[in-house]
Amino acid sequence: MAKAKLKQHHINRAWCKGCSICVEFCPRKVLELDKKDKVVSIRPTDCICCRLCELRCPDLAIEVESEKAKEESSELT
Amino acid sequence: MAIKDWIRERFFPHIWCPGCGHGMVLNALLHTFESLGISKNEIVMVSGIGCSSRISGYVDVHTLHTIHGRALAFATGVKMSRPDLNVIVPMGDGDALAIGGNHFIHSARRNININAIVMNNRVYGMTGGQYSPLSGYGTLATTAPFINIDHAFDISRLSMAAGATFVARTTTYHTKQMSELFKEAILHEGFSVVEVLTQCPTYFGRKNKAGNAVEMIKSFKNNTTQIGSKAKEQNPDLIERGIFLQKDLPEYSREYDKVIERAKTKKR
Repeated sequence: MAKAKLKQHHINRAWCKGCSICVEFCPRKVLELDKKDKVVSIRPTDCICCRLCELRCPDLAIEVESEKAKEESSELT
Repeated sequence: MAIKDWIRERFFPHIWCPGCGHGMVLNALLHTFESLGISKNEIVMVSGIGCSSRISGYVDVHTLHTIHGRALAFATGVKMSRPDLNVIVPMGDGDALAIGGNHFIHSARRNININAIVMNNRVYGMTGGQYSPLSGYGTLATTAPFINIDHAFDISRLSMAAGATFVARTTTYHTKQMSELFKEAILHEGFSVVEVLTQCPTYFGRKNKAGNAVEMIKSFKNNTTQIGSKAKEQNPDLIERGIFLQKDLPEYSREYDKVIERAKTKKR
């Protein structure tokens, strides 16, 4: 299986409520809360695209876009 | 389809508190829908009253928001009139087992093809943190400020005894397992119950000093184990996760079709 490479974290700041579930359960500590208690990606190069943040977010506020996912989606369309 | 295509974005951000487990259940359910590859027109979600029941309002499938505890009764009506649809009933622990307790056991007894999702946060969150039939002995709630002396139901054992043919349990920590169990429950022909242990950091967490959402989720990780694991033998207090029961029995709406056929061909 090809390793997925991160393209971008899409964070919806209007939906994020700062519960920090994604921050705590990220295996690589990629995410942190900023001064306004909204999640930000501060170490994106460490991201392994496991998508646990995306799967666990109660507010659907974070999405992981990876290079591999992009290929898959273009195959579908 | 992307996850966002399954929701009614105009209602977001949703009403649930920061760190609420119901949002995580919504998230897992949307991933389940996506992996099943079915269309929105094939799904009906019927819910009652409570924080958890608000989930129906956020999902862009056919939805019914009905009265407290009676979601399964409405869902039975939907299923009987349109047996081809997938009927999903998300409920809270109080909605399912206190107010709707009777509907719950009888839906299970009939083995009608409905997927009941019981989000067990052990409290009535929407109305201010009263204890529920799942709070359990020794917990605190706004209506049990000294201590709750009621014992809790075991949803899995109750469902199995009542006649459900698919019974499973998971937690919000185990999000991938949650999606898989939802998927299996939807594909199962018969009454399925998936209990999800969810966190209510606002009421249950605060009252019982269980910490914030993150700490409550960690406790699900530490206090549960897969069914039949060795850890359970060593520590019997661990709560088991996984599929407790999966069996085939005649399904209600199909059986009813046979009754219709009999009525058409025989005089009595």
